[in-house]
Amino acid sequence: MQVLDFDYMLGLVPVLLRYLPLTLQMAAVGMVLALVLACGLAVIRVLRIPGLNAATLLFISFFRGTPLLVQLFLFYYGLPQLMAFLTQINGVTATIMGLTLHFSAYMAESIRAAIVGVDRSQTEAALSIGMTNGQLMRRIVLPQATRIAVPTLMNYFIDMIKATSLAFTLGVTELMGATQKEAAGSFLYFEAFITVAIFYWIIVELLAWFQRRLEIRLNEAYRR
Amino acid sequence: MIKVEGLVKRFDGTAVLDGIDLAIEQGEIIVVIGPSGTGKSTLLRCLNFLEQPDAGRLTIGDLEVDVTRASRADILTARRRTAFVFQNYALFANKTALENIAEGLIVVNRWPKQKAHARAREILERIGLADKADAFPASLSGGQQQRVGIGRAMAAQAEVILFDEPTSSLDPEWVEEVLGLMKQLARERQTMLVVTHEMSFAQDVADRVIFMDGGHIVEQGPPGQLFGSPKDPRTQDFLRKVLATQVAL
Repeated sequence: MQVLDFDYMLGLVPVLLRYLPLTLQMAAVGMVLALVLACGLAVIRVLRIPGLNAATLLFISFFRGTPLLVQLFLFYYGLPQLMAFLTQINGVTATIMGLTLHFSAYMAESIRAAIVGVDRSQTEAALSIGMTNGQLMRRIVLPQATRIAVPTLMNYFIDMIKATSLAFTLGVTELMGATQKEAAGSFLYFEAFITVAIFYWIIVELLAWFQRRLEIRLNEAYRR
Repeated sequence: MIKVEGLVKRFDGTAVLDGIDLAIEQGEIIVVIGPSGTGKSTLLRCLNFLEQPDAGRLTIGDLEVDVTRASRADILTARRRTAFVFQNYALFANKTALENIAEGLIVVNRWPKQKAHARAREILERIGLADKADAFPASLSGGQQQRVGIGRAMAAQAEVILFDEPTSSLDPEWVEEVLGLMKQLARERQTMLVVTHEMSFAQDVADRVIFMDGGHIVEQGPPGQLFGSPKDPRTQDFLRKVLATQVAL
């Protein structure tokens, strides 16, 4: 077995760093959009809004029931054939769209569970002192639902960061795409892919650290 | 002055409240007793619109509504004029003792935060929990949590405080401190409507005791009269059973 080419790996770091922002950007934009969409879907589910509730169930069923890669191909290669105005869709946009829709389906369910998980008697207490539904949601339910939802939402965010690597199948040169190109040039596949693996690993560990800090802060009120 | 006329509440077709008439004078302390499932809690919850009544008229101060036609504004008004103390305390778990008491003042009455906190501190002083201002509910004992629950109701400055079995979830060791606080409020002539199984509290504090059974007010009167010489056989039967277990009375 050959010894690893460490110099090559070190040299790869600055190259890959240039593509890191695009990866993070897709994940961040995807996460924000997915959160907003998921909150909307969760509220529809909690309030069982007629009509919309059924549509939401269908949406969640489809985006949870089909692979992300299939969804990305559908948006990037398939939809433009159907709708002419989408011919301009680029790989980054298609990826963000796919990530948003795919992960919002999962996140909607965990947000819904978190809202339902807030003790019902606190809702009654808030109503009993004359709060409106909006005040009750903003001041009492959502802050507590956040605490319940954060661990699972952070897991989806971590998953989403890794899922951005699928963008390379749509021709986007992000972290994975750049690595693929470098490896194809150098033939040092193991070195290239272990380097990018460590990149993802570090990002995810940083997030996990942040998640632990956040959870400690959110749990402050619940220590006995 | 609070007045209820012909209040009806049905669950799945069964009338849990079957035409309740009740008037509460300002400063009056009324205790409601009766067997489980006779609508005592439902009566309180209807006054606060935590349950939507099916028929009846409700008067709270200058608010006078047919309950079936109460608008959202009417319901908010009714809730703001009645405060509720829950059996399981129902404190806001994400807020400290101080914030629990100040929350309504800030959000509902739109007081500036500082003023609301100052008032909340006064109330904490009165309920004997000044040192627990920054404690979260999870770190308080049951008795302390319920006292904060009462403090939250006091802050609302409502026309009446509705107590829904305030000591029923408490370990026996905490019951006295909660009843003590309620007696203190009674001495200050805070209007109260209390559902409880604490007969000695009713005996000592109530101006009037109401016995409910089957969704009706069966009998009512001053505690001496109701406990001493109950007229209705159902009242006699209930008191015999309850007093047999509360030997200390």
